[in-house]
Amino acid sequence: MPTMTVTDAVSAALAEEMRRDPTVLLMGEGVATKRLPLVEEFGAPRVRNTPLAEGIIAGTAAGAAATGLRPVIDLLFAPFLTYAMDEIVNSAGKLRYISGGQFAFPMVVLAQTGAGWGVGAQHNHNNEAWFVHSPGLKVVMPSNPADAKGLLKAAIRDDNPVLFFTDIGLAYADGPVPDGDAVVPLGKAAVLREGADVTLVSYAKTVHGCVQAAARLAEAGIEAEVIDLRTLKPLDEDTILRSVRKTGRLVVVHEASRMCGVGAEIAALVAEKAFGSLRAPVVRLTGPDAPAPASYPLEQAFVPQAEAIESAARGLVEGR
Amino acid sequence: MTSDTLIQALERMVLIRAYEDTLVGLHGQGRAAGTCTSVGQEASAVGVVSALSSEDLILTNHRSAGHLLARGADPGRLMAEVMGKRDGYCKGKSGSLHIAAKEIGVVLTSTIVGGELALATGVALSRATLGGEGIVVCFFGDGAACEGRFHESLNLAALWNLPILYVCENNQWQAFVHRKETTLADSVVPQAAALGMDGKSVDGNDVEAVQAAAAEAVAAVRRTRKPFLLETRTYRLRGHFEPDDQSYVDPSELEQWRGRDPIAVLRARLERDGLLSMGEADAIEARARGIMESAVAFAEASPYPGAEDLTRDVYA
Repeated sequence: MPTMTVTDAVSAALAEEMRRDPTVLLMGEGVATKRLPLVEEFGAPRVRNTPLAEGIIAGTAAGAAATGLRPVIDLLFAPFLTYAMDEIVNSAGKLRYISGGQFAFPMVVLAQTGAGWGVGAQHNHNNEAWFVHSPGLKVVMPSNPADAKGLLKAAIRDDNPVLFFTDIGLAYADGPVPDGDAVVPLGKAAVLREGADVTLVSYAKTVHGCVQAAARLAEAGIEAEVIDLRTLKPLDEDTILRSVRKTGRLVVVHEASRMCGVGAEIAALVAEKAFGSLRAPVVRLTGPDAPAPASYPLEQAFVPQAEAIESAARGLVEGR
Repeated sequence: MTSDTLIQALERMVLIRAYEDTLVGLHGQGRAAGTCTSVGQEASAVGVVSALSSEDLILTNHRSAGHLLARGADPGRLMAEVMGKRDGYCKGKSGSLHIAAKEIGVVLTSTIVGGELALATGVALSRATLGGEGIVVCFFGDGAACEGRFHESLNLAALWNLPILYVCENNQWQAFVHRKETTLADSVVPQAAALGMDGKSVDGNDVEAVQAAAAEAVAAVRRTRKPFLLETRTYRLRGHFEPDDQSYVDPSELEQWRGRDPIAVLRARLERDGLLSMGEADAIEARARGIMESAVAFAEASPYPGAEDLTRDVYA
């Protein structure tokens, strides 16, 4: 199996889908500059640099999606999505419903976020929960190159607007990626490790902290089940509930801020549907209610780390 | 325009006025929700839409009744939509504010001021990419021209040679604020030249002038596949939203524009030139009222959507 980075996996998925479907096109500030092989293979009309204006990029994508194309747009960094909120939330997310189903919006919005490059809060803001809360949208956030490629292929083929967040901290992390048309369906979590004592649920970068924590817990005789959500909306409720009904203990981990984050939704889901199985209170480990700092030690402190995950899980199992 | 097309234009304008007057009346009786009317702007809608061909696509906004009816929308289905009924163009999910009717080429109506400008470039990109002769017409107001998206949309359309006719219906009002409070510019047209696009301003209350300017602009967009900005100078004779007592409107300004009511102007001209008798003109108005009676009956008889429709059509 070949090895590639998340960044290259995104390019590979784009190339394969553009080859498969002539209505797929890529737009954004610098996409033609940075992904030259795509321009060479598919031509300038399908790989378009744009003015630095996120609103019109997203609006153009929504208008094109509703009338026969399948645009992928790169808005670079998640905080820049604030300039495109009307087009993503009010147009792409609502105009299908408002029009009584007259239109569909098969489009993908790419954006990076997360700790890793010290870019500070106007380039790093894990705002994925905003979009989970908005009707009509789907939200994806992979933790590894294989999923990045397979999920992006599924996102491009989906008939709905998909927000596709990639984690800055994982951009250049290598990983094995299967050859061929390996599509990872939206809405399916991955169980990365099975265990009967405690469930660790996460997505993106903090999945790796959970995997490390689970390995250390195993040394202490505690078997943790690790779930990588991969897609935040639609949420794979079944996989979460099945695990918690088995383990009775849940730690939810993400880099985004705590209040009304995805972790809050998962805690509420478990309280509503698996309360009787819980043997301990649900624990959320999240970023603080603060903008992301640039300073390296502070940026790392923002992110729940393996030690904290291990400690929280151990506390639940040992009844502390 | 020939005498026949002028009379057809009058019929359409009268139909639009009758439709909106009917809705105002129904609202007063508690039988329909309030709407944003386009009373006073009928010549702009009819003049532009009559210059289009059936393959052209229209994007419009919250003040859309004129565009929809000029394009041939069924008044009964429009009224059903305003009443939130199942037989409305959007199955009652839109209400009056964002009615789209794909079957007649009115697509992606947005009531977020400026939203239509951001979507139009994408619709035109599809047209340019997938082929076809059709162009895209985007109706917006002087309020939308104060949004950043106006600049972004025109800039991209000019840069990418997108076949869009931008129509700014400059009706002097941005919700409850007069245009003169929001911008020093008298016209939006100079902004087109700044972005490398042609533009023209026309008397929006003279349907013949609007039609002539629109026909020329449509032909240019069709021929060059480049965008064009047309401004129709008109006036919103009623309030922003029904009900609205217009207490904030300068009475002398309102009176002056009432004196230039595009329907009265056209009717007087046709009568003066001997193209239409007073009796024929009255018959046009009576016919429009009759159509509205049927439309109201259709809309009121239409069922409401069912509870199962609440979460239908969220996702494709």
